[in-house]
Amino acid sequence: MNAVAVVPSTFAHPRLPRWAPLVVAVAALAVGGLLGLLLGWGPVAIVLVSGLFYVVGLPAWSRVLEGPRAATDRLMTNLVWGAFAVVCVPLLWLLWNVVQKGAPHVTGHFLSTSMRGVFGSMEGGILHAIQGTVIVTLAATVIAVPIGLMTAIYLIEYGRGSRLAKVITFLVDVMTGIPSIVAGLFALSLLVLFFGPAFRAGIGGAIALALLMTPTVVRSAEEMLRLVPGDLREASYALGVPKWRTILKVVMPTAIGGIVTGVVLAISRVIGETAPLLVTAGYNDSMNGNLFSGRMTTLPVYIFNQYKTPGAVPLGAHAADPPGYARAWAAALVLIVIVMILNLIARIIGKIFAPKTGR
Amino acid sequence: MSTGSSLTPPPAVSARRGRLALGDRIFAASARGAGLLILLVLAGVFVFLLIQGAPGLSVDPKEYGQGFDSFWAYAGPLLFGTIFISLLALVVAVPFALAVALFISHYAPRRLATPVAYVIDLLAAVPSVVFGLWGGRALSQALKPVINWLGEYLNWIPLFKGPASPNGQTALTAGLVLGVMILPIITAISREVFAQTPRLNEEAAIGLGATRWEVLRLAVFPYAKSGVIAGIMLGLGRALGETMAVTMVYSSSPKYMLNIIGDTSPQTIAANIANNYAEASADKQHVLIAAGLVLFAFTFVVNFIARWAIGRGERKLAR
Repeated sequence: MNAVAVVPSTFAHPRLPRWAPLVVAVAALAVGGLLGLLLGWGPVAIVLVSGLFYVVGLPAWSRVLEGPRAATDRLMTNLVWGAFAVVCVPLLWLLWNVVQKGAPHVTGHFLSTSMRGVFGSMEGGILHAIQGTVIVTLAATVIAVPIGLMTAIYLIEYGRGSRLAKVITFLVDVMTGIPSIVAGLFALSLLVLFFGPAFRAGIGGAIALALLMTPTVVRSAEEMLRLVPGDLREASYALGVPKWRTILKVVMPTAIGGIVTGVVLAISRVIGETAPLLVTAGYNDSMNGNLFSGRMTTLPVYIFNQYKTPGAVPLGAHAADPPGYARAWAAALVLIVIVMILNLIARIIGKIFAPKTGR
Repeated sequence: MSTGSSLTPPPAVSARRGRLALGDRIFAASARGAGLLILLVLAGVFVFLLIQGAPGLSVDPKEYGQGFDSFWAYAGPLLFGTIFISLLALVVAVPFALAVALFISHYAPRRLATPVAYVIDLLAAVPSVVFGLWGGRALSQALKPVINWLGEYLNWIPLFKGPASPNGQTALTAGLVLGVMILPIITAISREVFAQTPRLNEEAAIGLGATRWEVLRLAVFPYAKSGVIAGIMLGLGRALGETMAVTMVYSSSPKYMLNIIGDTSPQTIAANIANNYAEASADKQHVLIAAGLVLFAFTFVVNFIARWAIGRGERKLAR
């Protein structure tokens, strides 16, 4: 009878107390801080070493008390959390950098002038780049959205299960992985074939961006059309409405929120593309509103250009950065803000038009 | 959902009014046409690159520069550099990407998982040129001591042979930036695969007293393997074609070498194109387009295999 009371304690391993992680964390920080003070490390090194002590320390204690299985589990948990913490660092660092270095230079003047006739430490601006970005991206959207949307309609409404639909779906997936610079080269070789080797214009960039956008549009529209309940279609057919009217008047309005969200996300994806525009649309200091002739600057290319040719450090300003870097950071801030706003818009539209199911 | 569009309107309805039947036919044809157009464009990418690139295979050898006597002698080191830098990025990204995917699917508290997934998507939304700017100006500065240390103490490893670059703008820096850039895609795919594993298997493992790590090892990883590999291949595909991060972060030249902390490092195809397109003559343009075709063919194969693996995984799960 006595044995019964003993059995549970032999089956169940002792567990670490709930406050164990806290104790180990404090101890790790203390050891890391002490080492850092003794050896004169910076704060980054101290945090890194303390983190390492924690990640290893807790499993070590657990191994002594709880056994190897629990120790492995704790080690893996720590590693996973640690990896997540590490991954957050570059994102925060990058955003902080862009805001800190870019914000002081984003002024009304910066947003409302071009780089025409700007030299030395003159401020210059990005108006021409914003104009170019808007024109090229709009043109790409105009090309990509109808094609992408109609393809999605074909895949869901007409070609379901057919061989052609399967091939298209697969190749659209593969197309998502086309390197952006290859898209640029495709547009370039298309234009060069017709207009000669020196031809550079915004339209080339628009074609390249459209090529990159189409798969995204197809995929998101496909997902959304698939969500439209079959009952709606059947109800429409029962009223004698032909299929194409059903698609336009019943299916599309139901899915429109998701489709618009997908399109906006696709735009936000290609608006930051640099390589294809660099190859096809080139760089230009002045305003150019003509999509079909003349080089056209876009924001990403502007950033790249300012980074590559930052200009000379102004006289008298010791150890200051060349003016191009400041412009590049400021333009990067504007670009990121545009991308974030587009993402936000996509989310809001998605919320507003979310299909009202369950009724 | 299963009914979907399998139901078509009764023929009597459409036949009754010819006008509507015509509308139906036009609409169906244009939808089908759009689908075919996509196939056509994809084929067109190949064809146009081929037309414009083919002359580049046999231009005057001096167009290749640096004493290369044929196209393949010129493309070889570039292809090597492309693969080399991409593998570097994979080595950086894969462990972290998988850990973050696990974090989202299994470790994070429910309330934290959604915002974390959003943050990772945010990482994917940052334009590549901004990554390049950050890598070239900020990360390279911060890595200087690390690179010096590697060059001083680990220079017996061919990768860190040195001499260490004084400005921190090295292939190692580019590899880190690329790693950060491809992390979101690997995370996104793996996360989905991890979440799709059969719930009952996991619960059975828990019921047998498995710890969380043992649940992952016994019930999740065997199902997720092919999907994770496909995600890694997609990440590789992205890294192969990434231009700006590589072009902006370090100066490179088309050479076979392993040193990733020196002043010059192997050049990638994409960086080669971006560096040379501006002052390219017509002949050089053909050469660059031919190099682009090589890159396209290579990434196409990688993506093709990845997508095929994903499809196979899905079919296997569906059975």
